[in-house]
Amino acid sequence: MEVLRPECDGAWMKHAYEMMVRIRKFEEQAAQCFTRSELSGNIHLSLGQEASAVGTALALEKTDFITTTHRGHGHCIAKGARTDKMLAELFGKETGYCRGRGGSMHVVDTELGILGANGIVGAGIPLATGSAYASKLRGDGAVTVAYFGDGASNQGTFHESLNMAAAWKLPVVYVIENNRYGVSTEIGRVTNTEYLACRAAAYDIPGVTVDGMDVLAVYDAMKTAVDHARSGKGPYLVENLVYRYQGHYCGDPAVYRPKSYLEDGKAKDAVITFRNFMLDGGYATDEELDAIDRAMTEEIAAAYEFAKNSPWPNPDEVIDNMFASDNERSVLR
Amino acid sequence: MSRLTVSKALRAALEEEMRRDENVILIGEDVGVMGNVFALSQGLMEEFGELRVRDTPISESGFTGLAVGAAMRGIRPVVEWMYDDFITVCLDPVMNQAAKLRYMTGGQVHIPIVFRCPMGAGRRNAGQHSQCLEALFTHIPGLKVVAPCTATDAKGLLKSAIRDDDPVVFIEHKLLYAKAEEVPDEEYLIPLGKADIKREGADVTIIAWSRQVYFALEAAEKLAQQGISAEVIDLRTLVPLDWECVAESVKKTHNVVITEEGVKRGGVGAELAAEIMEDLFDELDSPVCRVAGLNVCSPFSPVLEDAVYPQAKDIETAVLKTLGR
Repeated sequence: MEVLRPECDGAWMKHAYEMMVRIRKFEEQAAQCFTRSELSGNIHLSLGQEASAVGTALALEKTDFITTTHRGHGHCIAKGARTDKMLAELFGKETGYCRGRGGSMHVVDTELGILGANGIVGAGIPLATGSAYASKLRGDGAVTVAYFGDGASNQGTFHESLNMAAAWKLPVVYVIENNRYGVSTEIGRVTNTEYLACRAAAYDIPGVTVDGMDVLAVYDAMKTAVDHARSGKGPYLVENLVYRYQGHYCGDPAVYRPKSYLEDGKAKDAVITFRNFMLDGGYATDEELDAIDRAMTEEIAAAYEFAKNSPWPNPDEVIDNMFASDNERSVLR
Repeated sequence: MSRLTVSKALRAALEEEMRRDENVILIGEDVGVMGNVFALSQGLMEEFGELRVRDTPISESGFTGLAVGAAMRGIRPVVEWMYDDFITVCLDPVMNQAAKLRYMTGGQVHIPIVFRCPMGAGRRNAGQHSQCLEALFTHIPGLKVVAPCTATDAKGLLKSAIRDDDPVVFIEHKLLYAKAEEVPDEEYLIPLGKADIKREGADVTIIAWSRQVYFALEAAEKLAQQGISAEVIDLRTLVPLDWECVAESVKKTHNVVITEEGVKRGGVGAELAAEIMEDLFDELDSPVCRVAGLNVCSPFSPVLEDAVYPQAKDIETAVLKTLGR
């Protein structure tokens, strides 16, 4: 690791560290809730991908927008989402971000520019492209980021979106988090190139492959990409190489991949590596970082209590919000 | 009043709404420089510019998704699919995104988007350019579905659809584009969810929408010559449905024939027949009768194509059978 940008001083690093720990502890809490059968359905955890979420988000403004995926908890938290409202959404409670209507794969907070996680692989990519089109129409200076995985990069929506964004110079950054597995399928078995950023060349836009376990490297690359998009030069493709510590979903034993995959990932663990880097470089003390750890543990514990004790949605309201106008008539027949 | 074709009426609606609200954009294949394959949007790009009248690559999935994303940000896109048959390559942004996002976000967003789709048989375009897929759309919760048949209705309903905060599938029958009538010059809107009785009658209710309305009216004329008074309801909007209009007519005539161009199995008529039987069974003097397209793919050869979807004669026969004549 190395410091690549002057703004990445001690305070910046401690903030980045706090966000990474917040994501990690949130995901660990979610996993525990799922294992204890407190959560319904399925959850897909971003453990191992924290540096990618945080490094990219720190290059964005509050007024920028993101779309993300079924593995999107980290991106939402990094963009500023509250962990209590998120966990409540995972529980399916009325106090959740979407009043329990969306669940883990569909966290949205329009106020924070989180246009949504998405349950359909690749579906968020054209939505982000459309958000960038809206910015272009309005000249509002906002950048939109589409987060997705290596799996989604083989959907037609990826290619269709990059083609349009490039042709119309839209302010959008496409972030591939390449953890090498689409559910069980290793990328090399279904794709002919080792990395994916080379696809940018097909659309004559810049593309870069980054060590996604290094938050400083991610931030540096993303800053370049966001500045490029915001300045009117068009889209940019950033590929962060990350590890998916868990299987596809929480509880998936991931027997389809070699043991060495997880060992490699843990050896490069983004949180531990960054912590050691900060200590070695004198950017923070053990006490300071321990205090951050404790604060995050407390925040997540409070989020859990909030989610667990929140009320369920009222079944009498089950048809609400299907339509913005004439809802009841449009639902009943 | 001015005499306008359906095509010109739709164009006028687009033009008026684009002038009224800068958030309204038109996006689709060949809508700009060419002005659409049916010449419907000619001149709009010159007036509103390339950003608001967007010629797209042949990427239905991509540009439909793009439009949904723009709608999440408050843009009001009018998406044009060159033919409704192309929904098969872009169903995800319609069904899983546009239709569901408001509900799934707990009401945080609305998706003010119109999907314009030229549809229908009769132009000898064969199976991949002739379908009537409104039953597919009505089956998806979260979509409003509009299918007008006159120039006046087309204009007033498209304007309402553009101003509506929900995703609206706007079905345009290709063989109606040239149909002309007198249309008011002053601005007017026709609300979504309001049917129109195109002909009043007492003996039987014929329910239709889009091009089938004309066949129903033709059949009603023939039936009148035989002393049968048929009421023709043009639903105009399939979702939301004007149930009050349907129920009132059924309570008056006690006999119902539903006609649709799309295939019979799982059609809009099937749903409507079930609703009528569930709620108005005691009002009926005869079983609800459906006239609909055969459960086959639309053939190319003219003699075959005309045998596939209902004509006026089929409706007339169905009414006579329903009334036991």
